Amino acid sequence: MEWLNAIVQGIMLGGLFALFATGLSLAFGVMRFVNLAHGDLAILGAFVAVSVISATGLNPFVSLVIVVPVMLAAGYALQLGAFNFTISPDPLPSILVTFGLGIVIQNVLLETYSADSRGLDVGSIEIESIRVTDAIAIGWIPLITLVVAVTVLGALQLMLSRTSLGRAFRAVSDDPPTARLMGINDRNLYAVAMGIAFATVAVAGVFLGIRQSFGPLDGPAQLLYAFEAVVIGGLGSVWGTLVGGLLLGVAHTVGGQFEVTYGYGSGPLVGHLVFLVVLATKPSGLLGRRAE
Amino acid sequence: MTLLEVRGLDAGYGDFQALFGIDVDVAVGETLAMIGANGAGKTTFLRVLAGQVPAWAGSIMFDGTDIAHVKAHRRVGLGIALVPEGRMLFGSLTVRENLIIGAHAGRSGRWNIDTVLDVFPLIRPLLDRPSQVLSGGEQQSVAIGRALMSNPRLILLDEVSLGLAPVVVKSLYDALPALSEGGATVLLVEQDIGQALAVASRLVCLLEGRVSLEGRPDGVARSDITAAYFGLPASSGTEASS
Repeated sequence: MEWLNAIVQGIMLGGLFALFATGLSLAFGVMRFVNLAHGDLAILGAFVAVSVISATGLNPFVSLVIVVPVMLAAGYALQLGAFNFTISPDPLPSILVTFGLGIVIQNVLLETYSADSRGLDVGSIEIESIRVTDAIAIGWIPLITLVVAVTVLGALQLMLSRTSLGRAFRAVSDDPPTARLMGINDRNLYAVAMGIAFATVAVAGVFLGIRQSFGPLDGPAQLLYAFEAVVIGGLGSVWGTLVGGLLLGVAHTVGGQFEVTYGYGSGPLVGHLVFLVVLATKPSGLLGRRAE
Repeated sequence: MTLLEVRGLDAGYGDFQALFGIDVDVAVGETLAMIGANGAGKTTFLRVLAGQVPAWAGSIMFDGTDIAHVKAHRRVGLGIALVPEGRMLFGSLTVRENLIIGAHAGRSGRWNIDTVLDVFPLIRPLLDRPSQVLSGGEQQSVAIGRALMSNPRLILLDEVSLGLAPVVVKSLYDALPALSEGGATVLLVEQDIGQALAVASRLVCLLEGRVSLEGRPDGVARSDITAAYFGLPASSGTEASS
Protein backbone atom coordinates (compact mmCIF):
# COMPACT_ATOMS: atom_id res chain seq x y z
CA MET A 1 0.00 0.00 0.00
CA GLU A 2 2.99 2.28 0.63
CA TRP A 3 3.96 1.96 -3.00
CA LEU A 4 0.45 2.71 -4.19
CA ASN A 5 0.42 5.78 -1.96
CA ALA A 6 3.77 6.83 -3.42
CA ILE A 7 2.35 6.58 -6.92
CA VAL A 8 -0.77 8.59 -6.00
CA GLN A 9 1.33 11.30 -4.32
CA GLY A 10 3.67 11.25 -7.34
CA ILE A 11 0.78 11.95 -9.67
CA MET A 12 -0.17 14.93 -7.50
CA LEU A 13 3.44 16.20 -7.48
CA GLY A 14 3.53 15.64 -11.23
CA GLY A 15 0.76 18.21 -11.62
CA LEU A 16 3.13 20.87 -10.27
CA PHE A 17 5.97 19.69 -12.53
CA ALA A 18 3.61 19.79 -15.51
CA LEU A 19 2.55 23.35 -14.63
CA PHE A 20 6.21 24.38 -14.50
CA ALA A 21 6.89 22.74 -17.83
CA THR A 22 3.90 24.19 -19.71
CA GLY A 23 5.43 27.55 -20.61
CA LEU A 24 8.78 26.02 -21.45
CA SER A 25 7.07 23.57 -23.79
CA LEU A 26 4.98 26.29 -25.46
CA ALA A 27 7.96 28.58 -26.05
CA PHE A 28 9.98 25.73 -27.50
CA GLY A 29 7.09 24.38 -29.55
CA VAL A 30 6.17 27.70 -31.16
CA MET A 31 9.56 29.35 -31.65
CA ARG A 32 12.23 26.77 -30.71
CA PHE A 33 13.14 29.11 -27.88
CA VAL A 34 15.09 27.67 -24.94
CA ASN A 35 14.39 29.80 -21.88
CA LEU A 36 16.97 29.17 -19.15
CA ALA A 37 15.30 31.81 -16.96
CA HIS A 38 12.08 29.80 -16.81
CA GLY A 39 12.61 28.57 -13.23
CA ASP A 40 13.58 32.04 -12.05
CA LEU A 41 10.43 33.42 -13.69
CA ALA A 42 8.36 30.96 -11.64
CA ILE A 43 10.04 32.23 -8.47
CA LEU A 44 9.53 35.81 -9.70
CA GLY A 45 5.82 35.03 -10.09
CA ALA A 46 5.71 33.74 -6.52
CA PHE A 47 7.42 36.91 -5.23
CA VAL A 48 5.06 39.12 -7.25
CA ALA A 49 2.28 37.26 -5.43
CA VAL A 50 4.02 38.01 -2.11
CA SER A 51 3.94 41.72 -2.96
CA VAL A 52 0.34 41.63 -4.18
CA ILE A 53 -0.80 39.79 -1.05
CA SER A 54 1.18 42.16 1.17
CA ALA A 55 -0.40 45.19 -0.53
CA THR A 56 -3.95 43.94 -0.84
CA GLY A 57 -4.37 41.16 1.69
CA LEU A 58 -5.77 38.90 -1.00
CA ASN A 59 -5.77 35.12 -0.69
CA PRO A 60 -2.88 33.65 -2.77
CA PHE A 61 -5.35 31.92 -5.09
CA VAL A 62 -7.17 35.21 -5.69
CA SER A 63 -3.87 37.05 -6.14
CA LEU A 64 -3.50 35.14 -9.42
CA VAL A 65 -6.05 37.56 -10.87
CA ILE A 66 -3.36 40.24 -10.63
CA VAL A 67 -0.18 38.16 -10.87
CA VAL A 68 -1.11 36.37 -14.10
CA PRO A 69 -1.90 39.51 -16.17
CA VAL A 70 1.23 41.24 -14.83
CA MET A 71 3.44 38.33 -15.83
CA LEU A 72 1.64 37.95 -19.16
CA ALA A 73 2.33 41.59 -19.98
CA ALA A 74 5.95 41.21 -18.85
CA GLY A 75 6.41 38.17 -21.10
CA TYR A 76 4.86 39.95 -24.08
CA ALA A 77 7.04 43.04 -23.58
CA LEU A 78 10.24 41.07 -22.94
CA GLN A 79 9.76 39.02 -26.10
CA LEU A 80 9.12 42.11 -28.22
CA GLY A 81 11.89 44.14 -26.62
CA ALA A 82 14.62 41.53 -26.20
CA PHE A 83 13.98 37.86 -26.96
CA ASN A 84 12.86 38.45 -30.56
CA PHE A 85 16.34 39.74 -31.35
CA THR A 86 17.86 36.43 -30.26
CA ILE A 87 15.67 34.14 -32.36
CA SER A 88 17.72 32.47 -35.07
CA PRO A 89 18.60 28.97 -36.19
CA ASP A 90 21.51 29.22 -33.74
CA PRO A 91 20.10 28.60 -30.21
CA LEU A 92 23.16 30.10 -28.48
CA PRO A 93 21.98 33.76 -28.37
CA SER A 94 18.68 32.87 -26.66
CA ILE A 95 20.44 30.55 -24.23
CA LEU A 96 22.97 33.22 -23.26
CA VAL A 97 20.38 36.00 -22.94
CA THR A 98 17.99 33.95 -20.81
CA PHE A 99 20.87 32.62 -18.69
CA GLY A 100 21.79 36.23 -17.99
CA LEU A 101 18.18 37.16 -17.34
CA GLY A 102 17.94 34.36 -14.76
CA ILE A 103 20.95 35.76 -12.88
CA VAL A 104 19.50 39.27 -13.02
CA ILE A 105 16.15 38.04 -11.65
CA GLN A 106 17.86 36.16 -8.80
CA ASN A 107 19.88 39.21 -7.77
CA VAL A 108 16.97 41.63 -8.04
CA LEU A 109 14.90 39.28 -5.86
CA LEU A 110 17.74 39.01 -3.34
CA GLU A 111 18.06 42.79 -3.18
CA THR A 112 14.31 43.35 -2.97
CA TYR A 113 13.14 40.52 -0.72
CA SER A 114 16.37 39.36 1.01
CA ALA A 115 17.51 35.73 1.07
CA ASP A 116 14.82 34.67 3.56
CA SER A 117 12.53 31.84 2.54
CA ARG A 118 8.88 32.72 2.05
CA GLY A 119 5.62 30.86 1.79
CA LEU A 120 2.12 31.73 0.58
CA ASP A 121 -0.46 31.07 3.26
CA VAL A 122 -3.85 29.79 2.11
CA GLY A 123 -5.07 28.77 5.57
CA SER A 124 -6.13 25.40 6.91
CA ILE A 125 -6.69 23.90 3.47
CA GLU A 126 -2.92 23.50 3.32
CA ILE A 127 -3.08 20.57 5.74
CA GLU A 128 -6.51 19.20 4.87
CA SER A 129 -6.87 16.09 2.78
CA ILE A 130 -9.28 13.56 1.36
CA ARG A 131 -8.85 10.16 2.96
CA VAL A 132 -9.16 7.53 0.23
CA THR A 133 -8.16 4.50 2.33
CA ASP A 134 -6.50 4.06 5.70
CA ALA A 135 -3.12 4.31 4.02
CA ILE A 136 -3.83 6.82 1.27
CA ALA A 137 -4.85 10.45 1.71
CA ILE A 138 -4.81 13.10 -1.00
CA GLY A 139 -4.04 16.64 0.10
CA TRP A 140 -6.36 19.35 -1.18
CA ILE A 141 -3.51 21.58 -2.37
CA PRO A 142 -1.79 18.86 -4.44
CA LEU A 143 -5.18 17.86 -5.84
CA ILE A 144 -6.04 21.45 -6.78
CA THR A 145 -2.59 21.81 -8.32
CA LEU A 146 -3.15 18.74 -10.49
CA VAL A 147 -6.62 19.91 -11.52
CA VAL A 148 -5.24 23.34 -12.43
CA ALA A 149 -2.39 21.75 -14.41
CA VAL A 150 -4.79 19.54 -16.39
CA THR A 151 -7.11 22.51 -16.94
CA VAL A 152 -4.31 24.80 -18.12
CA LEU A 153 -2.86 22.17 -20.45
CA GLY A 154 -6.32 21.22 -21.71
CA ALA A 155 -7.14 24.85 -22.43
CA LEU A 156 -3.81 25.25 -24.19
CA GLN A 157 -4.43 22.17 -26.32
CA LEU A 158 -7.93 23.42 -27.16
CA MET A 159 -6.54 26.82 -28.13
CA LEU A 160 -3.85 25.25 -30.32
CA SER A 161 -6.21 22.87 -32.11
CA ARG A 162 -9.44 24.88 -32.39
CA THR A 163 -8.70 28.60 -32.63
CA SER A 164 -7.21 30.83 -35.31
CA LEU A 165 -4.51 31.84 -32.81
CA GLY A 166 -3.62 28.19 -32.34
CA ARG A 167 -3.52 27.62 -36.11
CA ALA A 168 -1.19 30.59 -36.43
CA PHE A 169 1.02 29.20 -33.64
CA ARG A 170 1.27 25.86 -35.43
CA ALA A 171 1.92 27.48 -38.81
CA VAL A 172 4.71 29.65 -37.39
CA SER A 173 6.15 26.64 -35.61
CA ASP A 174 6.22 24.73 -38.92
CA ASP A 175 7.63 27.44 -41.18
CA PRO A 176 7.94 31.12 -40.13
CA PRO A 177 8.81 32.55 -43.60
CA THR A 178 5.78 30.88 -45.20
CA ALA A 179 3.59 31.92 -42.27
CA ARG A 180 4.50 35.53 -43.06
CA LEU A 181 3.16 34.93 -46.58
CA MET A 182 -0.21 34.23 -44.96
CA GLY A 183 -0.18 37.68 -43.35
CA ILE A 184 0.99 36.40 -39.96
CA ASN A 185 3.22 38.74 -37.97
CA ASP A 186 5.45 36.07 -36.47
CA ARG A 187 7.30 38.46 -34.15
CA ASN A 188 4.06 39.60 -32.53
CA LEU A 189 2.88 36.00 -32.33
CA TYR A 190 6.08 35.04 -30.52
CA ALA A 191 5.34 37.78 -27.99
CA VAL A 192 1.83 36.40 -27.43
CA ALA A 193 3.29 32.91 -26.92
CA MET A 194 5.84 34.22 -24.43
CA GLY A 195 3.11 36.13 -22.62
CA ILE A 196 1.14 32.90 -22.22
CA ALA A 197 4.32 31.08 -21.12
CA PHE A 198 4.96 33.73 -18.44
CA ALA A 199 1.33 33.52 -17.30
CA THR A 200 1.47 29.74 -16.86
CA VAL A 201 4.81 29.81 -15.09
CA ALA A 202 3.43 32.46 -12.73
CA VAL A 203 0.60 30.08 -11.85
CA ALA A 204 3.21 27.37 -11.25
CA GLY A 205 5.24 29.72 -9.06
CA VAL A 206 2.25 30.64 -6.90
CA PHE A 207 1.29 26.97 -6.44
CA LEU A 208 4.91 26.19 -5.54
CA GLY A 209 4.75 28.96 -2.95
CA ILE A 210 1.55 27.53 -1.51
CA ARG A 211 2.97 24.01 -1.41
CA GLN A 212 6.41 24.75 0.02
CA SER A 213 8.73 27.56 1.05
CA PHE A 214 10.77 29.29 -1.64
CA GLY A 215 13.68 31.70 -1.92
CA PRO A 216 15.22 33.94 -4.59
CA LEU A 217 17.77 31.29 -5.62
CA ASP A 218 15.35 28.37 -6.05
CA GLY A 219 14.70 28.96 -9.76
CA PRO A 220 17.38 26.73 -11.33
CA ALA A 221 16.06 23.62 -9.54
CA GLN A 222 12.57 24.30 -10.88
CA LEU A 223 14.03 24.82 -14.36
CA LEU A 224 15.68 21.40 -14.16
CA TYR A 225 12.40 19.65 -13.30
CA ALA A 226 10.55 21.58 -16.02
CA PHE A 227 13.15 20.61 -18.59
CA GLU A 228 13.00 16.97 -17.56
CA ALA A 229 9.20 16.93 -17.77
CA VAL A 230 9.26 18.51 -21.24
CA VAL A 231 11.95 16.16 -22.56
CA ILE A 232 10.28 13.05 -21.07
CA GLY A 233 6.91 13.98 -22.55
CA GLY A 234 8.17 15.26 -25.87
CA LEU A 235 9.36 18.69 -26.91
CA GLY A 236 6.47 20.89 -27.98
CA SER A 237 3.75 18.33 -27.15
CA VAL A 238 1.04 19.67 -24.81
CA TRP A 239 -0.22 16.32 -23.52
CA GLY A 240 3.34 15.05 -23.55
CA THR A 241 4.17 17.80 -21.06
CA LEU A 242 1.45 16.50 -18.73
CA VAL A 243 2.59 12.90 -19.14
CA GLY A 244 6.21 13.95 -18.59
CA GLY A 245 5.30 15.89 -15.46
CA LEU A 246 3.27 13.03 -14.01
CA LEU A 247 5.95 10.42 -14.76
CA LEU A 248 8.62 12.63 -13.22
CA GLY A 249 6.44 13.18 -10.15
CA VAL A 250 5.87 9.45 -9.71
CA ALA A 251 9.60 8.80 -10.15
CA HIS A 252 10.33 11.32 -7.39
CA THR A 253 7.90 9.85 -4.87
CA VAL A 254 8.61 6.22 -5.69
CA GLY A 255 12.33 6.99 -5.48
CA GLY A 256 11.60 8.67 -2.17
CA GLN A 257 10.64 5.27 -0.79
CA PHE A 258 14.35 4.43 -0.81
CA GLU A 259 15.27 7.42 1.34
CA VAL A 260 15.17 5.31 4.52
CA THR A 261 17.87 3.07 3.05
CA TYR A 262 19.85 5.44 0.84
CA GLY A 263 19.22 8.82 2.44
CA TYR A 264 17.69 12.07 1.24
CA GLY A 265 17.98 12.67 -2.49
CA SER A 266 16.97 9.26 -3.77
CA GLY A 267 13.66 10.69 -5.05
CA PRO A 268 15.20 13.34 -7.35
CA LEU A 269 17.89 10.80 -8.29
CA VAL A 270 15.29 8.33 -9.59
CA GLY A 271 13.63 11.22 -11.43
CA HIS A 272 16.92 12.09 -13.14
CA LEU A 273 17.45 8.41 -14.04
CA VAL A 274 14.00 8.18 -15.65
CA PHE A 275 14.85 11.34 -17.61
CA LEU A 276 18.14 9.83 -18.79
CA VAL A 277 16.51 6.53 -19.78
CA VAL A 278 13.86 8.35 -21.86
CA LEU A 279 16.49 10.61 -23.41
CA ALA A 280 18.64 7.62 -24.35
CA THR A 281 15.87 5.37 -25.67
CA LYS A 282 13.40 7.88 -27.12
CA PRO A 283 15.07 11.27 -27.57
CA SER A 284 11.94 12.81 -29.09
CA GLY A 285 10.03 12.08 -25.85
CA LEU A 286 7.14 9.75 -25.13
CA LEU A 287 4.56 11.77 -27.10
CA GLY A 288 6.86 14.02 -29.10
CA ARG A 289 7.11 14.34 -32.84
CA ARG A 290 10.07 12.63 -34.43
CA ALA A 291 12.94 15.07 -34.89
CA GLU A 292 13.33 16.04 -38.54
CA MET B 1 -4.01 50.21 -65.95
CA THR B 2 -0.75 49.17 -64.31
CA LEU B 3 -1.02 47.18 -61.09
CA LEU B 4 2.68 46.51 -60.53
CA GLU B 5 5.52 48.72 -61.68
CA VAL B 6 9.06 47.60 -60.85
CA ARG B 7 11.93 49.94 -61.63
CA GLY B 8 15.68 49.43 -61.29
CA LEU B 9 15.32 46.54 -58.88
CA ASP B 10 18.54 45.12 -57.44
CA ALA B 11 18.44 42.25 -54.95
CA GLY B 12 20.44 39.27 -53.77
CA TYR B 13 21.60 37.15 -50.86
CA GLY B 14 24.53 38.24 -48.70
CA ASP B 15 27.29 39.32 -51.06
CA PHE B 16 25.68 37.64 -54.06
CA GLN B 17 23.64 39.90 -56.34
CA ALA B 18 20.88 37.98 -58.15
CA LEU B 19 18.90 40.80 -59.80
CA PHE B 20 20.35 43.76 -61.71
CA GLY B 21 18.15 46.77 -62.46
CA ILE B 22 14.96 44.85 -63.26
CA ASP B 23 12.18 46.88 -64.91
CA VAL B 24 8.84 45.06 -65.19
CA ASP B 25 5.23 46.26 -65.52
CA VAL B 26 2.17 44.11 -64.89
CA ALA B 27 -1.24 45.36 -65.97
CA VAL B 28 -4.45 44.64 -64.11
CA GLY B 29 -5.98 41.34 -65.21
CA GLU B 30 -3.10 40.08 -67.32
CA THR B 31 -1.17 36.85 -66.93
CA LEU B 32 2.53 37.55 -67.18
CA ALA B 33 4.88 34.61 -67.64
CA MET B 34 8.42 35.06 -66.40
CA ILE B 35 10.72 32.49 -67.93
CA GLY B 36 14.41 31.82 -67.69
CA ALA B 37 16.96 29.13 -67.01
CA ASN B 38 17.91 27.87 -63.56
CA GLY B 39 19.57 30.65 -61.61
CA ALA B 40 18.24 33.43 -63.85
CA GLY B 41 16.67 35.18 -60.83
CA LYS B 42 12.98 34.35 -61.37
CA THR B 43 12.32 32.95 -57.90
CA THR B 44 14.34 35.74 -56.30
CA PHE B 45 12.21 38.29 -58.17
CA LEU B 46 8.98 36.75 -56.82
CA ARG B 47 10.42 36.52 -53.32
CA VAL B 48 11.36 40.21 -53.45
CA LEU B 49 7.81 41.07 -54.55
CA ALA B 50 6.40 39.00 -51.67
CA GLY B 51 8.79 40.59 -49.16
CA GLN B 52 10.78 37.45 -48.36
CA VAL B 53 13.98 38.90 -49.83
CA PRO B 54 14.81 42.59 -49.33
CA ALA B 55 15.25 44.91 -52.29
CA TRP B 56 18.73 46.43 -52.40
CA ALA B 57 17.74 49.26 -54.72
CA GLY B 58 14.90 50.36 -56.96
CA SER B 59 11.19 50.73 -56.45
CA ILE B 60 8.22 48.35 -56.38
CA MET B 61 5.04 50.33 -57.00
CA PHE B 62 1.91 48.31 -56.26
CA ASP B 63 -1.26 50.13 -57.20
CA GLY B 64 0.58 53.43 -56.87
CA THR B 65 2.29 52.73 -53.53
CA ASP B 66 5.97 51.89 -53.12
CA ILE B 67 6.05 48.65 -51.16
CA ALA B 68 9.78 47.98 -51.45
CA HIS B 69 10.19 48.30 -47.68
CA VAL B 70 6.80 46.96 -46.55
CA LYS B 71 7.11 43.79 -44.44
CA ALA B 72 6.03 40.48 -45.98
CA HIS B 73 3.03 39.94 -43.69
CA ARG B 74 1.63 43.37 -44.59
CA ARG B 75 1.94 42.80 -48.35
CA VAL B 76 -0.62 39.99 -48.09
CA GLY B 77 -3.08 42.50 -46.70
CA LEU B 78 -2.40 44.75 -49.69
CA GLY B 79 -3.34 41.89 -52.01
CA ILE B 80 -0.10 40.12 -52.96
CA ALA B 81 0.00 36.34 -52.52
CA LEU B 82 2.89 34.02 -53.32
CA VAL B 83 2.58 30.32 -54.08
CA PRO B 84 6.16 29.39 -53.18
CA GLU B 85 8.36 26.94 -55.00
CA GLY B 86 8.05 23.54 -53.31
CA ARG B 87 4.48 24.31 -52.14
CA MET B 88 5.55 24.79 -48.49
CA LEU B 89 2.29 23.61 -46.94
CA PHE B 90 2.13 23.61 -43.15
CA GLY B 91 2.73 19.98 -42.23
CA SER B 92 1.05 20.05 -38.84
CA LEU B 93 -2.15 21.52 -40.30
CA THR B 94 -4.87 19.69 -42.17
CA VAL B 95 -5.77 20.62 -45.72
CA ARG B 96 -8.78 22.59 -44.45
CA GLU B 97 -6.59 24.44 -41.93
CA ASN B 98 -4.03 25.21 -44.62
CA LEU B 99 -6.79 26.80 -46.67
CA ILE B 100 -8.29 28.68 -43.73
CA ILE B 101 -4.95 30.13 -42.69
CA GLY B 102 -4.59 31.52 -46.20
CA ALA B 103 -7.38 33.92 -45.26
CA HIS B 104 -5.55 35.12 -42.13
CA ALA B 105 -5.01 38.61 -43.54
CA GLY B 106 -8.79 39.06 -43.65
CA ARG B 107 -9.20 40.44 -47.19
CA SER B 108 -12.71 40.03 -48.50
CA GLY B 109 -13.55 38.85 -52.00
CA ARG B 110 -14.98 36.00 -53.97
CA TRP B 111 -12.55 33.35 -52.77
CA ASN B 112 -13.53 31.12 -49.87
CA ILE B 113 -13.25 27.39 -49.25
CA ASP B 114 -16.29 26.63 -51.42
CA THR B 115 -15.11 28.64 -54.44
CA VAL B 116 -11.58 27.24 -54.10
CA LEU B 117 -13.00 23.70 -54.05
CA ASP B 118 -15.00 24.51 -57.18
CA VAL B 119 -11.71 25.18 -58.97
CA PHE B 120 -9.82 22.27 -57.35
CA PRO B 121 -12.50 19.63 -56.73
CA LEU B 122 -9.93 16.87 -56.18
CA ILE B 123 -9.03 18.26 -52.76
CA ARG B 124 -12.63 18.25 -51.49
CA PRO B 125 -12.40 14.69 -50.06
CA LEU B 126 -8.99 15.47 -48.54
CA LEU B 127 -9.99 18.43 -46.40
CA ASP B 128 -9.50 16.75 -43.04
CA ARG B 129 -6.29 14.93 -43.93
CA PRO B 130 -2.86 16.13 -42.81
CA SER B 131 -1.27 18.02 -45.68
CA GLN B 132 1.89 15.91 -45.36
CA VAL B 133 0.22 12.83 -46.83
CA LEU B 134 -0.93 14.47 -50.10
CA SER B 135 0.59 13.78 -53.50
CA GLY B 136 2.59 16.51 -55.20
CA GLY B 137 -0.31 17.56 -57.43
CA GLU B 138 -2.71 17.66 -54.50
CA GLN B 139 -0.25 19.73 -52.50
CA GLN B 140 0.15 22.19 -55.38
CA SER B 141 -3.63 22.54 -55.64
CA VAL B 142 -3.84 23.27 -51.91
CA ALA B 143 -0.96 25.74 -52.17
CA ILE B 144 -2.69 27.67 -54.95
CA GLY B 145 -6.02 27.44 -53.11
CA ARG B 146 -4.37 28.72 -49.93
CA ALA B 147 -3.05 31.74 -51.81
CA LEU B 148 -6.48 32.38 -53.35
CA MET B 149 -8.03 32.37 -49.88
CA SER B 150 -6.28 35.70 -49.23
CA ASN B 151 -8.31 37.16 -52.13
CA PRO B 152 -5.20 38.52 -53.83
CA ARG B 153 -5.12 41.18 -56.50
CA LEU B 154 -1.75 39.84 -57.65
CA ILE B 155 -0.94 36.15 -57.32
CA LEU B 156 2.66 35.04 -57.78
CA LEU B 157 3.08 31.42 -58.91
CA ASP B 158 6.56 29.98 -58.56
CA GLU B 159 7.30 26.87 -60.62
CA VAL B 160 3.82 25.36 -60.50
CA SER B 161 4.90 22.40 -62.62
CA LEU B 162 8.06 21.51 -60.72
CA GLY B 163 8.31 17.80 -59.95
CA LEU B 164 4.81 16.95 -61.15
CA ALA B 165 3.61 14.46 -63.75
CA PRO B 166 2.56 16.04 -67.09
CA VAL B 167 -1.09 15.08 -66.60
CA VAL B 168 -1.11 16.80 -63.19
CA VAL B 169 0.58 19.88 -64.62
CA LYS B 170 -2.06 20.06 -67.35
CA SER B 171 -4.90 19.91 -64.81
CA LEU B 172 -3.28 22.70 -62.77
CA TYR B 173 -2.79 24.89 -65.83
CA ASP B 174 -6.38 24.21 -66.87
CA ALA B 175 -7.41 25.81 -63.56
CA LEU B 176 -5.34 28.98 -64.05
CA PRO B 177 -7.90 30.89 -66.17
CA ALA B 178 -10.26 30.69 -63.19
CA LEU B 179 -7.78 32.76 -61.19
CA SER B 180 -7.93 35.59 -63.72
CA GLU B 181 -11.68 35.31 -64.01
CA GLY B 182 -11.78 35.66 -60.22
CA GLY B 183 -10.17 39.07 -60.54
CA ALA B 184 -6.55 38.19 -59.81
CA THR B 185 -3.63 39.33 -61.90
CA VAL B 186 -1.18 36.47 -62.37
CA LEU B 187 2.61 36.56 -62.45
CA LEU B 188 3.81 33.10 -63.35
CA VAL B 189 7.39 31.90 -63.09
CA GLU B 190 8.18 28.77 -65.08
CA GLN B 191 10.97 26.78 -66.65
CA ASP B 192 8.40 24.93 -68.75
CA ILE B 193 8.20 27.46 -71.56
CA GLY B 194 5.47 25.67 -73.48
CA GLN B 195 3.08 25.60 -70.53
CA ALA B 196 3.82 29.18 -69.57
CA LEU B 197 3.30 30.63 -73.04
CA ALA B 198 0.05 28.72 -73.48
CA VAL B 199 -1.63 30.69 -70.69
CA ALA B 200 0.32 33.96 -70.68
CA SER B 201 -0.82 37.20 -72.25
CA ARG B 202 2.73 38.57 -72.00
CA LEU B 203 6.18 37.20 -71.27
CA VAL B 204 9.40 38.41 -69.70
CA CYS B 205 12.59 36.41 -69.98
CA LEU B 206 15.36 36.73 -67.40
CA LEU B 207 18.98 35.91 -68.08
CA GLU B 208 21.52 36.07 -65.25
CA GLY B 209 19.43 38.54 -63.28
CA ARG B 210 18.59 40.87 -66.14
CA VAL B 211 15.58 41.19 -68.43
CA SER B 212 16.66 39.73 -71.77
CA LEU B 213 13.32 39.76 -73.59
CA GLU B 214 9.84 41.17 -73.16
CA GLY B 215 6.78 40.89 -75.38
CA ARG B 216 3.57 39.08 -76.25
CA PRO B 217 3.81 35.31 -76.84
CA ASP B 218 2.30 35.64 -80.30
CA GLY B 219 4.51 38.60 -81.15
CA VAL B 220 7.92 37.12 -80.34
CA ALA B 221 9.68 34.61 -82.53
CA ARG B 222 10.50 31.27 -80.93
CA SER B 223 14.13 31.75 -81.91
CA ASP B 224 14.24 35.07 -80.05
CA ILE B 225 12.86 33.40 -76.94
CA THR B 226 15.50 30.69 -77.18
CA ALA B 227 18.21 33.26 -77.63
CA ALA B 228 17.02 35.29 -74.66
CA TYR B 229 16.61 32.15 -72.54
CA PHE B 230 20.09 30.77 -73.16
CA GLY B 231 21.94 34.00 -73.89
CA LEU B 232 22.57 33.08 -77.53
CA PRO B 233 22.82 35.49 -80.44
CA ALA B 234 19.29 36.44 -81.56
CA SER B 235 19.82 35.01 -85.04
CA SER B 236 20.70 31.46 -83.88
CA GLY B 237 17.25 30.16 -84.74
CA THR B 238 17.47 27.30 -82.26
CA GLU B 239 14.12 26.06 -80.90
CA ALA B 240 13.48 26.56 -77.21
CA SER B 241 13.29 23.43 -75.17
CA SER B 242 10.29 22.89 -72.95
